[in-house]
Amino acid sequence: MRGLKAIAVLMATAAALPAAAQDVVITNAKVVIGDGSEPIEGGTVVIRGGRIVSAGRAAAPAGARTIDAGGRWVTPGIVAGFTRMGVVEVDGVRDTDDSSAATSVFNAALDIAPAVNPKASPIAINRAEGITRAVVAPAARGSIFAGQGAVIDLGADMNALTRPRAFQFMEWGETGAQRAGGSRAAAMATLRNALFEAQAYRRNPASYDDRGKDALLTRADAAALVPVLAGQMPLLVHVERASDILTLIELKREFAGLRLVLVGATEGWTVAREIAAAGLPVIASALADLPISFEQLAATQSNIGRLRAAGVTVGIGSINDDEARQARLVKQYAGNLVALSKVPGAAGLSWGQAFATISSLPAEAIGMGAEIGSLRPGRHGDVVIWDGDPLEIGSAATAVFVDGVEQPLVNRQTRLRDRYLDPKEGTLPKAYQY
Amino acid sequence: MKRLLLSAAAMALLGGCAAQGGGGAKSASSSKAPAPGMNKGYSHDPFPSTYRAYPGRPTLITNVTVLDGEGGKIEGGQVLFRDGRIVAVGQSLDPAGADVIDGQGKWVTPGIIDVHSHLGDYPSPSVDAHSDGNEATAPITAEVWAEHSVWPQDPGFARALANGGVTTLQILPGSANLMGGRSVTLKNVYARTMQGMKFPGAPYGMKMACGENPKRVYGSKGRMPSTRMGNVAVNRATWAKAAEYRRKWDKYETDGGDAPTRDIQLDTLRGVLSGEILVHNHCYRADEMAIVMDMAKEFGYQVSTFHHAVESYKIADLLKANNVCSAVWADWYGFKMESYDAVNENLAILDHEGACVMIHSDDANGIQRLNQEVAKAMAAGRRAGFQITPEHAWTWLSYNPARALGIAEQTGSLKPGKMADVVLWNGNPFSVYTRPERVWVDGALMYDMNNPKHRPVSDFELGQPGEGDVK
Repeated sequence: MRGLKAIAVLMATAAALPAAAQDVVITNAKVVIGDGSEPIEGGTVVIRGGRIVSAGRAAAPAGARTIDAGGRWVTPGIVAGFTRMGVVEVDGVRDTDDSSAATSVFNAALDIAPAVNPKASPIAINRAEGITRAVVAPAARGSIFAGQGAVIDLGADMNALTRPRAFQFMEWGETGAQRAGGSRAAAMATLRNALFEAQAYRRNPASYDDRGKDALLTRADAAALVPVLAGQMPLLVHVERASDILTLIELKREFAGLRLVLVGATEGWTVAREIAAAGLPVIASALADLPISFEQLAATQSNIGRLRAAGVTVGIGSINDDEARQARLVKQYAGNLVALSKVPGAAGLSWGQAFATISSLPAEAIGMGAEIGSLRPGRHGDVVIWDGDPLEIGSAATAVFVDGVEQPLVNRQTRLRDRYLDPKEGTLPKAYQY
Repeated sequence: MKRLLLSAAAMALLGGCAAQGGGGAKSASSSKAPAPGMNKGYSHDPFPSTYRAYPGRPTLITNVTVLDGEGGKIEGGQVLFRDGRIVAVGQSLDPAGADVIDGQGKWVTPGIIDVHSHLGDYPSPSVDAHSDGNEATAPITAEVWAEHSVWPQDPGFARALANGGVTTLQILPGSANLMGGRSVTLKNVYARTMQGMKFPGAPYGMKMACGENPKRVYGSKGRMPSTRMGNVAVNRATWAKAAEYRRKWDKYETDGGDAPTRDIQLDTLRGVLSGEILVHNHCYRADEMAIVMDMAKEFGYQVSTFHHAVESYKIADLLKANNVCSAVWADWYGFKMESYDAVNENLAILDHEGACVMIHSDDANGIQRLNQEVAKAMAAGRRAGFQITPEHAWTWLSYNPARALGIAEQTGSLKPGKMADVVLWNGNPFSVYTRPERVWVDGALMYDMNNPKHRPVSDFELGQPGEGDVK
């Protein structure tokens, strides 16, 4: 009986899905802009043509679909700062994992965009929990360069790419050393060689083939690094140890055009002033507090709070942390950083700052703060209505909009749940219950 | 030592018999070695616990919300402990002789018990030299004991205490093998030796694993098992051998005579068959758990707990009928094929059906936030329509794991006479905004959020960047 009821609910939900972007006005909301400010009670959010028009205390315009939020929290959709979402279905099933290519002849040229599957189940699962955009990075296996990452939306349609080729991703530190042949020195030689070759390619693409195998870089890889050299494409670098971070800062003297973004940066807090002075944004793990490697000895949950206090733009990412599937956990991580502010000696965040680490700050870190990550005018219409404080455990998204389109919140997990709320079989096997 | 002496005595008797140069059946019978007595043929505790509770002060915590761990809740409550033991939980206890802590607005719970950890066996830093959790050289390694791999300097113990409020944890071998070896239950108190952390009197566990891991590990080596049916076949062949071993030793210990050949692997399995050692079975899929429960019936043992148990929700009624617990995550999914059907309501559906269930970490980070994992499972269950109170949900964090480990008489709830394993939280522990403020183990204060010198720093972290940081 309960099963039948669940089916009826599902069908009603499916029928209610709007197919296209509407102009939407959400009133009577506890509005979170996502820029670090604290929530605004009794606010209104206006979405028109798939973009945010306004959010705050403005009066509600007439003529649009209007939703009374009943005082509930309304925020920008969560931006997952570092993931492999949409390019892996099951980590342990190699055929479904497009995150890396160990034996490819290419590296920097690899473009993750065509690998993104908008129907991958982690996209639907994370969408239901209020994640609307994700930074998707390839993983480096055959080189220090992983290739070009994308920014995607988590909408239930076949067009997931917000910005393909949004950045280049590179491994540094221990992993970079391994990929380069065995040492940090080898990683540095690989990086400098690649950048010099990209400069040569930029000067004269036609003559690049004459360099032959001595270039140690294919034409396609050299071409892919040209926008990195010029700073048109950010270079996201996974780096953990303080001295490795300083090495990268030093490298910017030689290659001034590089737009470095530090990823991980577990020991960043120990060189926070240098990072801030160099103007490098950071996408960090929020709660990594174990000396899990010798490049993370200074790990502490206070890393983000201390970096922020030093003036660094720092957002949360899922670095080597179930990054293909569990971006939804960043809300919990951000909440933990608020809790940390009560611990003597620790550096936590205010609520508004914490929310920004999973909305505007990761967007700004990759140069897309004008597009996504907040409810400031002109941003994509990614909005979530919650049944409680979105950083508190147990709060759920009750409505999710991507580009102004209300999204289905059903996924195979919710379907399995509905099938097995009563585990016993009835008059027919479970296989007939859907 | 005792076993060595017994062996020597047996040898002497045999020698004496041989020196007689034969003799009839009657004389052989009369010179038969005396029976050592059941379970006395060899030591069952060759690496005994040396853990001793640290000194504590008699303490009365007042004005707190108390979750007693067995489903009870007291608003404006008090908890009194003395000499390492819970004295009373109530609302107007006698403060005489006790330090009084006014916990206005705060919560008190039993210490969290993690039934599934690899701290010490897979410690930080996670370097090859520290990879001591899987003896992945044969599918049956019931002879290995996780305690012999535990590195008591793992910085992870400190994080689990200070950030997680974890006071007891079971360290299991990994899941590469069908029978991966014995587990050990530890008090979360640093010591120079593993024995110094060992929970006094806790029964041993034995780790088993179904599914993908054993068949992948051994199939890739071109040996059995390479399939799920191979997994079951190797297990059954092993249990049959163990039953024979058990018969021989039981007979010898009861009747005396020649001591059977000692087999360290089969010692463990004999312990399982006699109920002395508890089976902790890594298993994801519902269909495989059902097969394991029948296999257990075939050979006469009981599975204490299925670990991970991602599909337990599909057979909650069957698990209840077989009296088998499930130790689960709140929301892990999709990292391997057998975790593909995970749902956030797993724990809540099991609980609703009346099956025994608890949270577990299997993770050096997750162990720092098990209270939050339960908060997630509780919220998912409530959204699915189940009524779940915080006081009931805490049973998933301490009492049920204590039952699964066979230590519920000693810890896992705030009942008078039990170990004073206690956490004072600076708010509702099911809120993301709450942290442990103080943690006591056996009544001794082992962590104090407000005292920078009262947090443990393992040898490994001494003299390193970030030594003594809040972490």
